[in-house]
Amino acid sequence: MNWFDKLLPPKIKSRGTTAKKAVPEGLWSKCPGCGSVLYYGEIEKNQSVCPRCEHHMRIGARKRLDVFLDPGDRSEIGGDLHPVDFLKFKDSKRYKDRLSDAAKTTGESDALVVLRGSVWGLGVVAAAFEFGFMGGSMGSVVGERFTRGVEASLAGGIPFVCFSASGGARMQEGLTSLMQMAKTSAALTELGAASLPFISVLTDPTMGGVSASFAMLGDVIIAEPKALIGFAGPRVIEQTVRETLPEGFQRAEFLLEHGAIDMIVHRHRMRETIARLLAAMTHQPLKALPCPATES
Amino acid sequence: MNQNYLDFEQSIADLEAKIEALRFLDSSSGVNINDEIIRLRAKSHRLTQSIFAQLTPWQVSQLARHPQRPYTLDYVPRLFTDFEELHGDRLYGDDGAIVAGIARLDDRPVAVIGHQKGRDTREKVKRNFGMPRPEGYRKALRIMHLAERFHMPVITFIDTMGAYPGVGAEERGQSEAIARNLYVMATLKTPIISAVIGEGGSGGALAIGVCDHMLMLQYATYSVISPEGCASILWKSADRASQAAEALGITAESLKRLNLIDEIVSEPLGGAHRDVDAMAQILKSALRANLDTLTRMPIEDLCARRQLRLRQYGQFEDH
Repeated sequence: MNWFDKLLPPKIKSRGTTAKKAVPEGLWSKCPGCGSVLYYGEIEKNQSVCPRCEHHMRIGARKRLDVFLDPGDRSEIGGDLHPVDFLKFKDSKRYKDRLSDAAKTTGESDALVVLRGSVWGLGVVAAAFEFGFMGGSMGSVVGERFTRGVEASLAGGIPFVCFSASGGARMQEGLTSLMQMAKTSAALTELGAASLPFISVLTDPTMGGVSASFAMLGDVIIAEPKALIGFAGPRVIEQTVRETLPEGFQRAEFLLEHGAIDMIVHRHRMRETIARLLAAMTHQPLKALPCPATES
Repeated sequence: MNQNYLDFEQSIADLEAKIEALRFLDSSSGVNINDEIIRLRAKSHRLTQSIFAQLTPWQVSQLARHPQRPYTLDYVPRLFTDFEELHGDRLYGDDGAIVAGIARLDDRPVAVIGHQKGRDTREKVKRNFGMPRPEGYRKALRIMHLAERFHMPVITFIDTMGAYPGVGAEERGQSEAIARNLYVMATLKTPIISAVIGEGGSGGALAIGVCDHMLMLQYATYSVISPEGCASILWKSADRASQAAEALGITAESLKRLNLIDEIVSEPLGGAHRDVDAMAQILKSALRANLDTLTRMPIEDLCARRQLRLRQYGQFEDH
């Protein structure tokens, strides 16, 4: 900290640091997997997968949906919903302030974005978590958007896909956030009754209340390579059992080995894999061929 | 310090000790001991009333975890007859942290499922401190299906710190086990009544807590995360648990106000553990009344009503 920072009142200082985080630092960034220094444009072009080690970095909700859905006709579901601080929750920071900070850094109003569009010409409702928004935590708005997404699937007779990236329930909404687990799971029963597929994609990380509700209820469950997936966090488990955790514990590969998920799919193959599955599950022909530029 | 009393109850404990001492005093001492005892008893009663009239959420959560608090198997013989415990998930094992079985409430056959904590060290270990593993949820699920098939209402008792955070639990699909229960309970074709009798700890509680009517004992708690867990994440210190308890709104009163539970079941003065029989009687009449209402509903209406209940959870702005 230099002499000037020391002079600043704390409020201005904290604002300064959050603003810094909001903008990617320059044109270069380091891969968390292999430590290679990569050109930002190169990462962006590669769907945030490291070209050297194939590490799947976290990716924003809109970017995720943008590469997943066909270009063109898309409409947002539940975009007008906004979170409220109904408990007047305050820890070191007010929930209200956390919300507005998260909105500023991510440009989103909450941690889930739901779009109706198509994949390879197949109509679909797709949801994606914005991990940058309070750790992708699930509160009332996430639960409601998810449920409205499912209802849009039902109304349109089209499948539902969700890309999860979440630390779990949002503590700042108290028990109401826990109830979102029940609400979202209940919504899926209607999808099941209508024989509409739900594909759940688990990305890094999918933990807690999100993992213990809709994320594990996919007709097909797909994970991205090395994604951390589980109920209790590794640190909590370590503290409870007081032993070191096995190698690769709670990683996608670990879950596949234990029969918890159907497959691990590389981000570049996600769109075509899901399109193929959905086409088969809804008894439709495959309408389009993968375009090499975006699919591989 | 008297271990039967919590720290905020110590003034009551002192008074009770005085009463106890007087009872054994030689009556030939000339003082009218009986009058004195009656006077002190009344004083103790008033003191208890005044302390319990203004409990903080943190004090309530201590009561919810009181070592003498009645557990599921303390209620079962007081509420039901002909209880037969059923074991195992048919897949892996039998989880002692969740008990389940078939019993009768009055004459009506019901399925009973509840978390179970242990009283002494050996039983605590056997019950894994009331923290279920996937086997527990899957056993519960099996009993729910059984209840549906044989047209028995399900009554669940919630009392857990939460799901067990262990390696094996994760390996065997803790998340899926909880999620599956939420999914199945949402459409189970038989009435479900849940009662939070002690601690309602997060996903481990909710996994047997999707229902048509949610009862909560006066000094029980129900929370998305334990106050300690919340404090250590948000305040970076577990010592701030009392503040976290306040912020999270975990008491029956707060949750009723938020419309997340349906009914508060009042406890005897000083808490359920001060008079377990009385507590069971109060709980029994609440169960009986609600069972009467719910079993009279056509099953389709009941299921539609449950879906609607689940659909409306959440507070947000829509503009």
